Amino acid sequence: MENQITRLDWLGRAFVGLCVVVAVAVPVLALLPDKNSAFFVPPYVVALLGKYICFAILAVALDLVWGYCGILSLGHGAFFALGGYAMGMYLMRQIGARGVYANPILPDFMVFLNWKELPVAWWGFNHFAYAGVMILFVPGVLAFAFGWFAFRSRVTGVYLSIITQALTYALKLAFFRNDFGFGGNNGLTDFKDIFGANVQSDATRAALFSASILALAGAYVLSKAIVSSKYGKTLIAIRDSESRVRFLGYRVENFKLFVFVVSAMMAGIAGALYVPQVGIINPSEFDPGNSIEAVIWVAVGGRGTLVGAALGALIVNYSKTFLTGGGLMWIGALLDPVLNYLPGSIGRIIRLFVDTLTGPEGWTAALGLLFILVTLFLPKGILGLFLDTARHNAPAKAAAPAPAPAEEAHS
Amino acid sequence: MIESRETILTASLLYLDGVSVSFDGYKALRGLSLILAPGEMRAIIGPNGAGKTTMMDVITGKTRPDEGDVYFEGAHDLTQLDETEIAELGIGRKFQKPTVFENHTVADNLWLATKAPRGVYATLFGGSGRRERETIERIFGIVRLGDERARLAGSLSHGQKQWLEIGMLLAQDPKLLLVDEPVAGMTDAETATTAELLKEIARDHSVVVVEHDMAFVRELGVKVTVLHEGSTLAEGTLDQVSADERVIEVYLGR
Repeated sequence: MENQITRLDWLGRAFVGLCVVVAVAVPVLALLPDKNSAFFVPPYVVALLGKYICFAILAVALDLVWGYCGILSLGHGAFFALGGYAMGMYLMRQIGARGVYANPILPDFMVFLNWKELPVAWWGFNHFAYAGVMILFVPGVLAFAFGWFAFRSRVTGVYLSIITQALTYALKLAFFRNDFGFGGNNGLTDFKDIFGANVQSDATRAALFSASILALAGAYVLSKAIVSSKYGKTLIAIRDSESRVRFLGYRVENFKLFVFVVSAMMAGIAGALYVPQVGIINPSEFDPGNSIEAVIWVAVGGRGTLVGAALGALIVNYSKTFLTGGGLMWIGALLDPVLNYLPGSIGRIIRLFVDTLTGPEGWTAALGLLFILVTLFLPKGILGLFLDTARHNAPAKAAAPAPAPAEEAHS
Repeated sequence: MIESRETILTASLLYLDGVSVSFDGYKALRGLSLILAPGEMRAIIGPNGAGKTTMMDVITGKTRPDEGDVYFEGAHDLTQLDETEIAELGIGRKFQKPTVFENHTVADNLWLATKAPRGVYATLFGGSGRRERETIERIFGIVRLGDERARLAGSLSHGQKQWLEIGMLLAQDPKLLLVDEPVAGMTDAETATTAELLKEIARDHSVVVVEHDMAFVRELGVKVTVLHEGSTLAEGTLDQVSADERVIEVYLGR
């Protein structure tokens, strides 16, 4: 056990170190080299990577509640989206008179809806300090209110998951409405400036990327500190045997509430960093499907490992980009020589099936398949497999020079 | 002269009077009464379905009784408190099935149980104090698990898990320990060790042991309460209750 902790610390140091290196390297390679240089990182790659990193922060946040406390939230996308909306509102106010309707105060959609005044909910969002507080506050308060009732009423397991899903769905419907005041169906977009810099310039994109990956490192360090404390050990105990923890005299609902709120705020930060990089936030971000996808990232990477969650988000999202971009469409053509020998239209049907599966529409099927395979064969995820393999190899080396008694003295 | 209810109540550590619980019409407890004196060790026996575990649930706040009084130290109305509050008052419980935190080491299991501030803030920022470490060492000595401290609790044998759970109870330092079937599934040697362990614990704690195993109860050598269909059937030494006509009938069938 002691060995495992040392290794995780090593893993953690490597992870944070890598984050810092990438936070410096990507902006340098995006801005300095000649556009034809082999080292040049084009802007679209920076934006794409930045998006993945924001998803990785969301995955770490989700792993904190699911992996360590057993709260399977199927609505974490809601906290992500709320943080995103808070950032989007700041960006909307920065447009000022440069909008289509050139109203210095009201964003375009409000002018279009014939509103005369700025709604109270939008007050103060022209200051980033206020928006920054709201990025943490809004997801935090929602998580607190939700958790207060749910954990006190001892709603657990699949029932809790279903309510979290209902929560994000309800928010999606609310944000779709024009009179809810956040841009309705179209959401918030056409951003111009962030902190006075052009939001679409290469330098701003590079800076946002760095901020995101440093935020990922920060989220990791914070989560790691939480789960390594006695509080974190109590969380794991709650995950494994909730009633036992109660009989030991711990207030389980308070423990759950704290980690749920911290996690929601972390998700809010992820959403806030995501919005300026993709240039839009709309109600589809509240889609329950997004939250479920986030759960799959964590499961694929390795639940209860933090680093694995981030890794899973990167791997699954890269796969999504690759597959929806038709990255495997060549397989169908490759099969043709064989398929042509098949009688009747069987070959054509198989070809159609393969093309559909490898094409953009095949992604959902691939994701489902991935989830099933991981659940069946990699219950600890990719990182769990890696750590297990490392553990199997490590004792073989350690056992040779030092037999059992020495090990005992060490503990 | 009959002692007044008040006198009995204030002199008792645990006081149950006329406690009834029913689940969907099934009466698990019917007017159960039980009085435990401070420092006493009591064995509770009874056939399956006699209400032993339900009684534990009522005392620890897991189940609310439909009627009846449950008092701790003559002052705390346990029917009004929840599990956490009751644990804080000083009632610890060992479950029928060994329930330890399988993904934590043996030492961490004891650490989580050790008496210390239990709040979010205290556990986030507090380390393990010297007193806590000393308590853990002392308990390792009592439950004889010192050599297993770095092992994951999930990898312990069944008997070791039972002892670890008793150790966790001790670390909590409760005034009253409720121990549900501590020797179920144990070998004879393990059973003897457990009896020794409980007797040692009973020296400075009040203990209620629920058990099926008559040989084990005999080994404990304490006052026995026989439960049947949710109420007290007989009370006394094991020899006395074994001679009781009604007890024989319940145990041997009619």
